[in-house]
Amino acid sequence: MVTAKSPQSAAQVATQPSWLSRTLQDHSRALNASLTQLMRKPIATLLTAFVIGLTLALPAGLDTVLRNLDVVGDSLQGSMRASLFLKDSVDADRAQELSRSLGKRPGVANARYISREQALEEFKQHSGFGEALDLLKDNPLPAVIVVTPDHHAPQAQTSALLKELSNLPEVEQAQLDEKWLQRLYAILDLVQRAVLVIAAALALAVVIVIANTIRLDIERHREEIEVMKLIGAPDGFIRRPFLYTGLGYGLVGALLACAMVAGAGMLLAPPAHELAGLYDAEPALRGLAPEAVLAVFGAALVLGWLGAFWTVSRHLHQIEPD
Amino acid sequence: MADIVFFHRVSQRYGEGPEILREVSFRLGDGEMMFLTGPSGAGKSTLLKLIGLLARPQAGQIAVLGQNIGQIRRSRIPAFRRQIGMIFQNPSLLADRTVFENVALPLVIRGHSGADIGRRVRGALDAVGLLSKEKALPPTLSGGEQQRVGIARAVVAKPKLLLADEPTGNLDPQMAREVMQLFMRFNEVGVSVLVATHALGLIQRLPYRIEHLEHGHIDAIARGDAEAAPAAAQENSLGHG
Ligand SMILES: Nc1ncnc2c1ncn2[C@@H]1O[C@H](COP(=O)(O)OP(=O)(O)OP(=O)(O)O)[C@@H](O)[C@H]1O
Ligand SMILES: [Mg+2]
Repeated sequence: MVTAKSPQSAAQVATQPSWLSRTLQDHSRALNASLTQLMRKPIATLLTAFVIGLTLALPAGLDTVLRNLDVVGDSLQGSMRASLFLKDSVDADRAQELSRSLGKRPGVANARYISREQALEEFKQHSGFGEALDLLKDNPLPAVIVVTPDHHAPQAQTSALLKELSNLPEVEQAQLDEKWLQRLYAILDLVQRAVLVIAAALALAVVIVIANTIRLDIERHREEIEVMKLIGAPDGFIRRPFLYTGLGYGLVGALLACAMVAGAGMLLAPPAHELAGLYDAEPALRGLAPEAVLAVFGAALVLGWLGAFWTVSRHLHQIEPD
Repeated sequence: MADIVFFHRVSQRYGEGPEILREVSFRLGDGEMMFLTGPSGAGKSTLLKLIGLLARPQAGQIAVLGQNIGQIRRSRIPAFRRQIGMIFQNPSLLADRTVFENVALPLVIRGHSGADIGRRVRGALDAVGLLSKEKALPPTLSGGEQQRVGIARAVVAKPKLLLADEPTGNLDPQMAREVMQLFMRFNEVGVSVLVATHALGLIQRLPYRIEHLEHGHIDAIARGDAEAAPAAAQENSLGHG
């Protein structure tokens, strides 16, 4: 047997580590405890993470689909044009000048003037009514300026531009082929909001799944928690490994979610390719955006922590040694 | 600080059962060592639990380490308990951690460094004669060995107050004597010690105060060698009014 040392021994004071190293040490111990706990039942851990992954993959996948539709819309916008039919009172010089000035406007990629004669010529060639038109005394066709918007410009700006052009004094009538595109954008906007609502609901589901899983973990560790409380462990110390467990579930869930979306993307690539071809759109299928990957990981970690914190705070108080 | 533990007319019962403690008053001075005896079911464990804030008294006042424990808020309980080393009738060890890890727990929650923990834990295990079992899991130990692990855990962080509930219950006479000597050595360096025990034969010859708890009342029934007793042990055992 060894003699008990003085409780006020100098060594005790001297070996108190700094706050930083204490914190790091506490956290690495908690992380270690949490990992041990997760590894002890790998199947259950994976199942929980899989459910979380699926839940996160749904909004992430929808977001990817939306991004691709957006790309399709954008490339269709490139083929969108406005035909400005000029008043008969506008002479050729004035029309040409107008066409040049339109071509220089920001948001306009190209403006092409087609005189009445050229219009008639083109019409004859394309329509096959050549001889019939020769019978006409007057040329019935108006002069046209065909404006192609810059497809890099935002959609709203392009719409405003085309509206403005149709109100020019020289323009008799403007024909805009953008209606259906506007509808596409409106639908995309609606779906985007729906994705947000769905994501919020699923976030709640993730919190509940994690909270419930950790509630069971706490129940399994009831005796240990009692002993910890007996020897005066602070709540934060007891809570920490469970918070790491929540973060762990979130992390693995996020990895699985990204893997699921990437997998679905690979399955969908060939048909998407074909579709893009039909619409003259950029053929490459976009995968998960880097921001979306960040969002999935960020959300998963935050939700995992929240779920764990919520359930631990609720149940830790109910476990008291007696 | 005069008293480490101060009970003033403390009463306690479980549910609708009989009163286990009836207006019990006593005090344990700073640096004092005291034994609490009494028949099984007398309420010794109940009294120790009140000191460790494992239960709140239904009536009366308790002060521990200078704090009125009725005023200690829930959030302050862990810090309060860290000042006390508690040895329980059942050792409450973590079955899936080694002996070393169990004894290290009080140091881990205080944030001691790994090297420091190793040194102190081995010191405490050596003191209870279990250095060779540091890698064993508690379920593989005998009852007495488990009890000694609990003792090592209670003393490893050098508490100001040591509470021991039947610490020698599972020990052979030789080991029981050694454990009592360990407590005495702690007391010699200023730790206040309160030991509940049946083992009258073991303690009667020791120079410490012995209080007897029975029928809810506490009385000084026996004194050891009064001349050799520390000064604090010679004071009147009953609390003042
Ligand atoms: N949690 C409880 N609920 C109800 N009754 C209890 C509880 N704990 C103890 N008791 C009762 O209180 C009385 C005193 O119990 P306590 O454990 O304090 O006695 P003790 O003096 O420590 O006995 P022993 O020497 O056998 O350990 C006993 O009659 C016991 O049945
Ligand atoms: Mg008892």
